[in-house]
Amino acid sequence: MTVRVGIVTFPGSLDDVDASRAVLRAGGTPVPLWHGDRDLRGVDAVILPGGFSYGDYLRCGAIARFAPVMTELIPAAAAGLPVLGICNGFQILCEAHLLPGALIRNAGLHFINKDVRIRIENNRTQWTTAYRPAEVVTVVLKSGVGAYVADQRTLADLAASDRIVARYADGSPNGSADDIAGIASAGGNVVGLMPHPEHAIDVLTGPGTGGLSFFTSVLASAARA
Amino acid sequence: MTRADTVAAAAATPDRQQPHAALGLTDAEYATITAQLGRRPTDAEVAIYSVMWSEHCSYKSSRLYLRQFADKAPPTTALLAGIGQNAGVVDVGQGYAVTFKIESHNHPSYVEPFQGAATGVGGIVRDILAMGARPIAVMDALRFGPADAPDTRRVLPGVVGGISFYGNCLGLPNIGGELAFDACYSGNPLVNALCLGVMRHEDLKLARASGPGNKVVLFGSPTGADGIGGASVLASASFGDGTSGGERAKRPSVQVGDPFMEKLLVECCLELYAAGVVVAIQDLGAAGIACATTELAAAGEVGMAVTLDAVPLRDRGLSPPEILMSESQERMMAVTTPADLDRFLKICARWDVPATVLGEVTDTGRLKVTWHGEVVVDIPPGSAADGPLYERPVHRPPGQDKLRADEVARRAPADPEAAGLRGDLLALLGSAAGADKTWVTEQYDSDVRGNTVLAAPHDAGVLRIDEESHLGVAIATDGNGRYCLLDPYAGAQLALAEAYRNVAATGARPLAVTNCLNFGSPEDPAVMWQFAESVRGLADGCQILGIPVTGGNVSFYNQTGADAIQPTPVVGVLGVLDDVRRRLPSGFSAPGETIMLLGRTAAEFGGSLWAQVTRGHLGGVPPAVDLAAEQRLAAVLAAAAAGGLLSAAHDVSEGGLGLALAESCLAGGGRAAQPGSGPGIGCLVTMPADTTDPKGRPGSPDPLAFLFSESAARAVVAVRPGSDVKFAALCAAHGVPASTLGVTGGEVLEVTGLFTVPITELSAVSQRALPELFGPS
Repeated sequence: MTVRVGIVTFPGSLDDVDASRAVLRAGGTPVPLWHGDRDLRGVDAVILPGGFSYGDYLRCGAIARFAPVMTELIPAAAAGLPVLGICNGFQILCEAHLLPGALIRNAGLHFINKDVRIRIENNRTQWTTAYRPAEVVTVVLKSGVGAYVADQRTLADLAASDRIVARYADGSPNGSADDIAGIASAGGNVVGLMPHPEHAIDVLTGPGTGGLSFFTSVLASAARA
Repeated sequence: MTRADTVAAAAATPDRQQPHAALGLTDAEYATITAQLGRRPTDAEVAIYSVMWSEHCSYKSSRLYLRQFADKAPPTTALLAGIGQNAGVVDVGQGYAVTFKIESHNHPSYVEPFQGAATGVGGIVRDILAMGARPIAVMDALRFGPADAPDTRRVLPGVVGGISFYGNCLGLPNIGGELAFDACYSGNPLVNALCLGVMRHEDLKLARASGPGNKVVLFGSPTGADGIGGASVLASASFGDGTSGGERAKRPSVQVGDPFMEKLLVECCLELYAAGVVVAIQDLGAAGIACATTELAAAGEVGMAVTLDAVPLRDRGLSPPEILMSESQERMMAVTTPADLDRFLKICARWDVPATVLGEVTDTGRLKVTWHGEVVVDIPPGSAADGPLYERPVHRPPGQDKLRADEVARRAPADPEAAGLRGDLLALLGSAAGADKTWVTEQYDSDVRGNTVLAAPHDAGVLRIDEESHLGVAIATDGNGRYCLLDPYAGAQLALAEAYRNVAATGARPLAVTNCLNFGSPEDPAVMWQFAESVRGLADGCQILGIPVTGGNVSFYNQTGADAIQPTPVVGVLGVLDDVRRRLPSGFSAPGETIMLLGRTAAEFGGSLWAQVTRGHLGGVPPAVDLAAEQRLAAVLAAAAAGGLLSAAHDVSEGGLGLALAESCLAGGGRAAQPGSGPGIGCLVTMPADTTDPKGRPGSPDPLAFLFSESAARAVVAVRPGSDVKFAALCAAHGVPASTLGVTGGEVLEVTGLFTVPITELSAVSQRALPELFGPS
């Protein structure tokens, strides 16, 4: 039986189709999850996809964090369910306090869409085991509110506890603290990533296939569990 | 609360005058309305006629000419729905249909650049959605005043920001477009937005109400006071020439966009279609409810009875005329059967989209609108939907011959031209029009939905339609106001030819055309002449190329005071790729490949970028049009792409071969400049011995023409190793002139005996132009 990965669609989710495609390409079974249902449908892992949930109104992720599906997801994540938040999903995970810190407007105040290289700093999370240590891969950054910030103590803690999952390899394009592109929860099962690995799974439509291992990683972790 | 002007009151007070002139209706038009109704119109009826008979909605000055697109349409089986629908629909094979259209939002984008451009995206997306399709991509053709003009720094960043805000939030990849600058667009920027959608053949929806007793549902955002009279006041009149604050006064006529609601509306509509609960559907754009009700009823030759009391309002103080005219965004109107109504409303609720029943389809043949229990509108819908038709005076401008005779001065033949050529190339590459456009395109999401195969800076946007079969489409827009000013007939054909060529350069087979015709005031006979010539040129061109016009949009009154913009027909061409994996990028991707120039080069500088940038000159005649040569070139490119003979193809147009080569060096083989890789791949080229002399005679080389002439029907290609002989034979078989220029590779662009530029310098010059003008990205 293949691993079932839930992909949540909030009102305004956009890259849910892309996350589904990536799961499928990695060999898993994508399972659509609806924001209004308090039901995770027994999935083995969950992806909160990119987009503009609730139009980014109030604050990115601030409304989605209270969606009915999140009332199921938050305790499940705390109990160890693998969760990957990409872009808007990362913002939602921060708003839900599953990850520390916050995302703010890019330093240049413009939306940025470009291919960026990230270095996998921790390949022991459930979403990164398929990467080699310090592997550099090209993925797609596309966000307006993508600069990761946290207080100095949190940043120091993240670094000390090896929870910085990925850094921008060529310097931060958006003003992220410590060039942080992604971080993990203390348990390593919850990962937030600003750039999009699901857009780097096919040379035809992306900058290569360097993003696919996020998805194969979780399939392997879930299959082992 | 104000009392409404009712039909009964209108009958009782036949002499009461209406402020029709302030709403843009002429005295004669008002008299026609009165005669048709047999009484004076109510204020709500005046509102409906004023917006429906506006130039923007009625095409009253242009319809006479636009008929040619249908009359001269080449025989085709590809067209599933054509002119007159919200957008044309084209069969692209395997049961798929693609619908696409380009539309202007010029006036609002000058008054309020951010919201004006944002709602331009929203409007065209709803047009595509209304055909039954899922919108899959957008593009923008943008034209501004001089790049260094202070007002351009207000308008351009606002327009780009608005498109970025709306398109990104809506989740549609922005896959290309145009960016051009000319002083003529200073007070009249052109913001033309294109959207492309895909559906299965059987999903096609038409905006035609039917079935008396069926319910009329309004869904989407509540109706507010924004955009009232946008079609009549903004889009159908010229701006004043002073700084009297006229633009400020028009600002409330610009709508405000909510892309989040539009995204919900898209998903909601697609679910409604899938559930089979939609009899007819129409988007609410210009002229709002007035337009949707009259057009749905008129197209279905039925009546409609609706009550405005049911319209959800953001502003409870709105009067019936204001409710009818409001251009509040993110609204749709649909007709559904009473049996399906419950399911319809449930789907809307699932997507948090407010939906209300306004009334029903009737068999009376009248559009009857009530408010507070009284009848405020009672008209035959066709009378509003089919506006007046004008034959405006047409007159060739007296200065046209002088302009055409005014050819650009070249350096004296004795000059060592080589010394200036390098500088000219860098000047073109560093000009706002010729420079790298990343400052703009980086603000757009080009990847969402995961089917973007090529986007800017490649010649055309290419999208995958089917992941299993690899079917795809290519789309490009082009226009050149300078060419059109010199010769509107040829200029329109050159725009068509360039878009056709850009699509062909990706390896796609061109199929169909959309257009956005941007002109000055139709009340100026010289402008009308430009318009008539452009339409004739475009219709003739489409006939020759064998690709039909599927629809489009006319934008008149692009002028400030007496100064009209250059005539600017923007042409969009759609093509199909049977296998998107075979698409050709515009950039060189590997060293050691043979570079060839396809087509014939003559010394043609009229309207060229070289003349504009290095001479500040506009005059002479534009490049010669040869549509048969364009067809042969397209056939070679499609065959070579399908056969895997080429690794790159780039159309040669603005800036000539010199700029084309520089762009191919910098563009890369797929996605723009990959991080960690160098700035590009160099090339070594030599001017072929058969390059023509300045008079167009072969034999005596003319380096300036070789590098910067804008002769049409040309492309530069990189041939895959081992395919040289096959490709040469293919060109010969199609009768396409092909000359070997040189080879890719190295870290410089070198033209033998003329000059050398390091790729790093090309890259730096190209990349710094827009950030220097508009700030860091």
